Amino acid sequence: MRKIIAIILLFILSFAVLSSISKIPFGISKTKVGKYYINNGIEQTGAVNIVTSVVLNYRGMDTLGEVTVLFIGAIGLMAILSTITRKTEKKLTPSSSILSTGCKFLFPFILLFGSYIFLNGHLSPGGGFQGGAIIASAFLLKYLGCYEKRINEKKFKVAESLGGLVFILIGISGLIAGGYFLFNFLPKGTAGTLLSGGIIPIIYIAIGFKVGAEISGIIDNLMEES
Amino acid sequence: MIFVITFLVFVMLASAIFACISIDLLNAVIASGLVSLITAILFYTLQAPDVAMAEASIGAALVTAIFVITIRRTERKE
Repeated sequence: MRKIIAIILLFILSFAVLSSISKIPFGISKTKVGKYYINNGIEQTGAVNIVTSVVLNYRGMDTLGEVTVLFIGAIGLMAILSTITRKTEKKLTPSSSILSTGCKFLFPFILLFGSYIFLNGHLSPGGGFQGGAIIASAFLLKYLGCYEKRINEKKFKVAESLGGLVFILIGISGLIAGGYFLFNFLPKGTAGTLLSGGIIPIIYIAIGFKVGAEISGIIDNLMEES
Repeated sequence: MIFVITFLVFVMLASAIFACISIDLLNAVIASGLVSLITAILFYTLQAPDVAMAEASIGAALVTAIFVITIRRTERKE
């Protein structure tokens, strides 16, 4: 009986969703604010990548919120893991020389790619979150391939705190210089060059360090006691 | 192109359903990683490379790895 009711409810729900979605044309934006960003974004912010100008300039406060959510998630995981009593350390089988050499060889290149992504966040697709995630995947490779050479956990914490601090400090100095939080007070430069966009590259470097250190710290915490 | 995308959508649906009903959690995690990967490809075809990059690196790589490590710490069967 309960199954029949569930199926009927599912049908009603899917009918409601379909009937409301089917009237919206796909891929056509009705909002005017999107056109405003496309027309004026490069002039006002100096960033060629319009997604970046929206994420860090028009909606910079939301990005701060996202970073905070990630930070709270990492702290919560740390708090949960610290309550679990440590088991006796299992003996890990050492990886073969091919695997450890391969991961040693690939590690700096993945780091370089991640930093390229967040340094060019205002010019090409990508940004702090993506670059940070790529950097964290480099650390994941290191932890899987050669676990013996772990990185000190304190370094992650220092990088994470520095990233968050730089973001907040730049926001507050914008408040002092221009009147609102995350005001773009630095010179914008010529659009399309690496040194353009005012505060955008600095904030993206800070976010890249913060996200990379945070996710690497999560992986470090999880691998530590298993 | 449209055939490739339709095929990818059906693979995504199948792996999402498999991730829900699978009893072995490791298989479910790999299937959900496949869902993220195909989502990244679809984002790329919809001209959103920023989101595609985030989805591929976080959804397909890091979340899968974190879930696999968690399964290693807990139990594999549901």
